[in-house]
Amino acid sequence: MNALAMKGFPRRDGRKGIRNVVAVAYLVECAHHVSRLIVQKSGFDDVHLIGFPGCYPNKYSLEMMQRLCTHPNVGAVLLVSLGCEGFNREQLRRTIAASGRPVDLLVIQQSGGTTRTLNAGLEIVRRMRAELAQQTQVPMAFDELIVGTVCGGSDGTSGITANPAVGRCFDWLIDEGSACIFEETGELIGCERIMASRAVTPELGREIEACVDKAANYYRIMGYGSFAPGNAEGGLTTLEEKSMGAYSKSGSSPISGLIKPGDLPPRGGLYLLDVVPDGEPRFGFPNISDNAEIVELIACGSHLILFTTGRGSVVGSAISPVIKVCANPDTYDRMADDMDVNAGRILRGAELDDVGREIFDLVQSVAGGALSKSEALGHQEFILTYKQFEPIGPACLPAA
Amino acid sequence: MTTPMEQGKLPPLLLLHPDDNILVARRDIAAGETVEMDGETFNMPVAIELGHKLARRALAADTRVLKYGAPIGSMKMAVARGEHVHLHNLRSDYLPSTSREGNGH
Repeated sequence: MNALAMKGFPRRDGRKGIRNVVAVAYLVECAHHVSRLIVQKSGFDDVHLIGFPGCYPNKYSLEMMQRLCTHPNVGAVLLVSLGCEGFNREQLRRTIAASGRPVDLLVIQQSGGTTRTLNAGLEIVRRMRAELAQQTQVPMAFDELIVGTVCGGSDGTSGITANPAVGRCFDWLIDEGSACIFEETGELIGCERIMASRAVTPELGREIEACVDKAANYYRIMGYGSFAPGNAEGGLTTLEEKSMGAYSKSGSSPISGLIKPGDLPPRGGLYLLDVVPDGEPRFGFPNISDNAEIVELIACGSHLILFTTGRGSVVGSAISPVIKVCANPDTYDRMADDMDVNAGRILRGAELDDVGREIFDLVQSVAGGALSKSEALGHQEFILTYKQFEPIGPACLPAA
Repeated sequence: MTTPMEQGKLPPLLLLHPDDNILVARRDIAAGETVEMDGETFNMPVAIELGHKLARRALAADTRVLKYGAPIGSMKMAVARGEHVHLHNLRSDYLPSTSREGNGH
């Protein structure tokens, strides 16, 4: 059997999932603990906790939850509501049911409190897992695969080793027909003109420049760029320096489109994800931590995430596996148990292409069912907060 | 994979692009260590940690600093060749950097 053979669970919308997760979703923070108890006491690694903490309704969070609950890696969903929150739980339930997935809804106030909801939830999860166990996987091709990339805990090595190695992997995936997504326009400030020159149309190039301008304005009002103390301790000095390093994750393919959270790439190619809200800054920082970006990449259909880190992040994610590519050889030596790839060996004489090839092979084996390090360690971080977006403009997705 | 002996031969300073006016440390470099810079031997005035930058040549105040061939900010003050280039002497041309003590500027 080929260890690199990708395989997926076929879904009604034609997409395929590389995992078959039961998602337990809380619809307000007040339902978080009961949902967490259901996940923990079920005792299975493929039961994942997701949710939205706010009590006030928000179009973005509803759309995100709809995308996440119908993500190809998700096989079934249990929704847990307190009962009085503003989240439109019936619309979410209808969307999931229409996708052909098993879905159930528990309302804590109607179920009779914590213990009764927990017991009902455990029974529902048991039944859903039994149903999913009947589903079989089929071979999956590169043109059915979507891969996202994010960097976290960047340092002076990130832009020299891990990020360009992921860029090579992206180039090869795109050559094979995959869709690849890179992001955080606020971490690409300073790269806007170079990115615009890679856009497949001049109109898309102008949209890219405008969305980086929007990000720069947003962060200026927040008072901080996306630049953490650890970035400086690792040798990075300015936001645009960090940007240039982050930018190299995109590889050298033409940029086929500019999408927003929840938009699915229409075909293979390289896509930039605009994660900075539209309109006047309203709900605070665009992405309060790395997992907020990962959740948005997943909402855009990413089957798996390539996460580059110099300082040493340990996070994974609910729903989609996270592959850790470590940029800094000293960090790798300290944290090897958390790292899938030692890209820092490039500084000690290894070839960039060889590391890129290792990542490319790992994408295939993880898409074939092998567990990434963060997955095996049980990392299933998830965070979703308030945002607002306008739909993308007509120039953002030029026809092929 | 390279052997430790081969690693020892790798130059400790990386020039990422021919236009760059900074170099990046490939490993921790001690003060006083002799390194090769642009074909000449050079005695390091300060220690430089892995991933940090130093001036490839003397840089005047307001000089645009180039890394990967792209501008990454401007010098706040003049520095001599080999000096550490970081928060104390380089500023963003976009947004200030942050530190745990508050705003970096």
